[in-house]
Amino acid sequence: MPGVTNDLARWQFATTSIYHFLFVPVTIGLAFLVAVLQTAWYRTDNPDYKRMTRFFGTLLLINVAIGVVTGLVQEFEFGMNWSVYSRFVGGVFGAPLAMEGLLAFFLESTFLGLWLFGWNRLPKRVHLATIWAVAIGSMLSAMFILIANSWMQHPVGYKFNKAGDPVLNNVWALFVNPTFVWGYAHVILASLITGALVMLAVSAWYLRKQQHVESFHRTAKVALIALIPAIVIQLSVGNQLGVIEAHYQPMKIAAAEAQWNSCKPCSFSALQFGGFSQSDQNATQIIPIPHLLSVLATGTWNGPVTGLNQLQTQYQKQYGPGDYIPNVAIQYWSMRVMAYLGSLVLLLALWGGWLLHRRKVGSSRVFLTIAVWAVVTPFLMNTAGWLLTESGRQPWIVQGLQKTAVANSPSVSSTDIIISLTVFVLSYILLGAADLILMLRYSRHGFAQADAEAAEPAADAAEPVLTY
Amino acid sequence: MQLHTVWFVIIAVFWIGFFVLEGFDFGVGALHQVIGKSEDERRVAINTIGPWWDGNEVWLIVAGAAMFAAFPGWYATMFSALYLALVLVLVALFGRGVSFEYRGKREDKRWRDGWSWALTIGSVLLPLLIGVALGDLLHGLPINQNHDFTGNFFDLLTGYGLMTGVTMLALCLLHGATFLALRTTGEMRDRARAAGRTLGLVAIVINIGWVIWTLVVIGGGTLPEPTQIFGVIAVIFAFVLANTDSDGWAFLASGFGIAAAIGQIFISLYPNVMVSSTNHAYNLTVNNAASGHYALVVMTIVGVLFFPVVLLYQGWSFHVFRRRLTAPSASAEPAGGAEPRRGAEPAGGGGQVAAPT
Repeated sequence: MPGVTNDLARWQFATTSIYHFLFVPVTIGLAFLVAVLQTAWYRTDNPDYKRMTRFFGTLLLINVAIGVVTGLVQEFEFGMNWSVYSRFVGGVFGAPLAMEGLLAFFLESTFLGLWLFGWNRLPKRVHLATIWAVAIGSMLSAMFILIANSWMQHPVGYKFNKAGDPVLNNVWALFVNPTFVWGYAHVILASLITGALVMLAVSAWYLRKQQHVESFHRTAKVALIALIPAIVIQLSVGNQLGVIEAHYQPMKIAAAEAQWNSCKPCSFSALQFGGFSQSDQNATQIIPIPHLLSVLATGTWNGPVTGLNQLQTQYQKQYGPGDYIPNVAIQYWSMRVMAYLGSLVLLLALWGGWLLHRRKVGSSRVFLTIAVWAVVTPFLMNTAGWLLTESGRQPWIVQGLQKTAVANSPSVSSTDIIISLTVFVLSYILLGAADLILMLRYSRHGFAQADAEAAEPAADAAEPVLTY
Repeated sequence: MQLHTVWFVIIAVFWIGFFVLEGFDFGVGALHQVIGKSEDERRVAINTIGPWWDGNEVWLIVAGAAMFAAFPGWYATMFSALYLALVLVLVALFGRGVSFEYRGKREDKRWRDGWSWALTIGSVLLPLLIGVALGDLLHGLPINQNHDFTGNFFDLLTGYGLMTGVTMLALCLLHGATFLALRTTGEMRDRARAAGRTLGLVAIVINIGWVIWTLVVIGGGTLPEPTQIFGVIAVIFAFVLANTDSDGWAFLASGFGIAAAIGQIFISLYPNVMVSSTNHAYNLTVNNAASGHYALVVMTIVGVLFFPVVLLYQGWSFHVFRRRLTAPSASAEPAGGAEPRRGAEPAGGGGQVAAPT
């Protein structure tokens, strides 16, 4: 049953990717913020910043460990589960992955070791440079993987060889692919928002309990200063990415709006029930907002949006018979989870900024309580974002070039995937539990340890000390 | 030399780098409960590779990614053929990969023992499994004309593949022992040296047996290649030097032993990249599995520009943490098995600069 095997392979890839991407944005965002804290310590010599660098640095490390091992699965899975795809696209898609390893992973991993073990060993300035190398390495890694992913969304810079496979013929085109440029900005901002919300939540938790108030007031301030511009810019970057995708992948955006038929001008469905499948195209519109979809999708007041039915007819002419409409419900709700939660985070950030201005961040218990719980939102938004991107590309694995249905490994059976999926899910539950135990324990009790670590070592202390 | 061949060599170099560097990490992980008797000593053993293991593991990722980019056909066939074996590899990588960071974060004996076993088992399984995989490339697997694997999990367990796995495990254990002897002091160093002697003897026997088997697999009563002779001699040297004061030289010798072992697999493989046991006409070769010329040129330029930089900063990292580690002495910490307090080790306990060969 090739269809079942293909579905199982998709389930496995989706499960492992979503899980992996719970940790990636925390790593990217926190690495940057920890580097900022350490820079503040370097500049001011205030031991409070050193303490907080160590405190949030440990949270970063706990998170990196699991991000790294779950990333290995992603790298292996292309070949393991998608051999037809890998053989077909390797001539283009492989290059950014190899560059990621050489330029980003080595940098990130080597300098993380230097940073973690280099306290009290490396000169202060050099040690500061190592955490920045980690932060840059993690952002470079995201860059290369998004170059690869964007090529699947909007293939550029290739020609077909004699066998009919795409081969790279312009590497620069990969770097200026508009889907990549805007997608990358979107992911980096999402990571900063994630890191900032994690830092804000932990700080708010301590502030609410009136513990180590001065230290956590500082980190709440750093988190808010990063969060406010990031979320403001993110809303417009996200919107711009939508416009780009509406251009190159019109199905994705039409499905995200559950827009079955072409419209001009188009109203935005803020909330609807039903209308998510071909047999049920008439939604019960609860809140339609006139003209808003035209503005969002085209940037003009009366811009037209092509409907799913019209696109389906057009694609059948272009690519032959088949169903070219992605899962509309996933698209519609993913888009709204991102947009609505993003707006709430914006309100939270502005509220925090106002409290900061009034010097009341530490005393508003309502704000602090909400800030603790807000830590859930970035994970929901990040997951929704990838669902929108990846599910919206279906039925294609590479837009217009190869369908997902033909791309899985013929030598891997349903039984194989049931075994591997079970093993991965069980392992991920165990890893996740260990991660959560450590994150929560350390968030609550780690301050004293960070404080001790941040103390200057005695002059006669033996080197080297044990870190692990 | 054709660009395909250049990339074949580059990939071989990444695999060699991976096994030489991560090889001692595997050895240390596998041996840390043997060489380290107390909790403090175990922590010392783990900390000897602490700053480096993660960077060393990247060599594997880059080897895999370079295969994907330069030889998509090779990557696709190999990774899908080895499916269930790679699931095991990944699970071993999970447990081992997080154990470093998680083990010391809770003062709870069961927690620590659990992660110690994840580290030990992972470190034993990985060289074994990856060794089987590399051995299978040369021995051949059932592969059809579409370059798809037609066997099942048990077809992966070829005699030669298993022997390659056992050889890699033996060499990594030896390499770990010589590394620990180089990086520790006192009783731990003595134990590591003694282990190096025993493991060295085992490795010599297994390695010679495997080299002979390799000659049989590539067939035709060929004489041993220079790499194979060099490898056998290197392992003998590691054994001889293991219990002397030349810790650095012993480590160098075990490293060369591993490099020669991986090297000879790739030398014997060329110009194939993966042999089909169904029909040699279906072999994957550097020509029929390779990427387009332009992509290879681009990656060559990127590699020439950035690989030396990687070597420089990894080398610097090895230089920064070159000192030997010493377990906090028992007298300074009266409570048995207590945590060595950070920055509070007894003065003069360590800091002896190792002679890095």
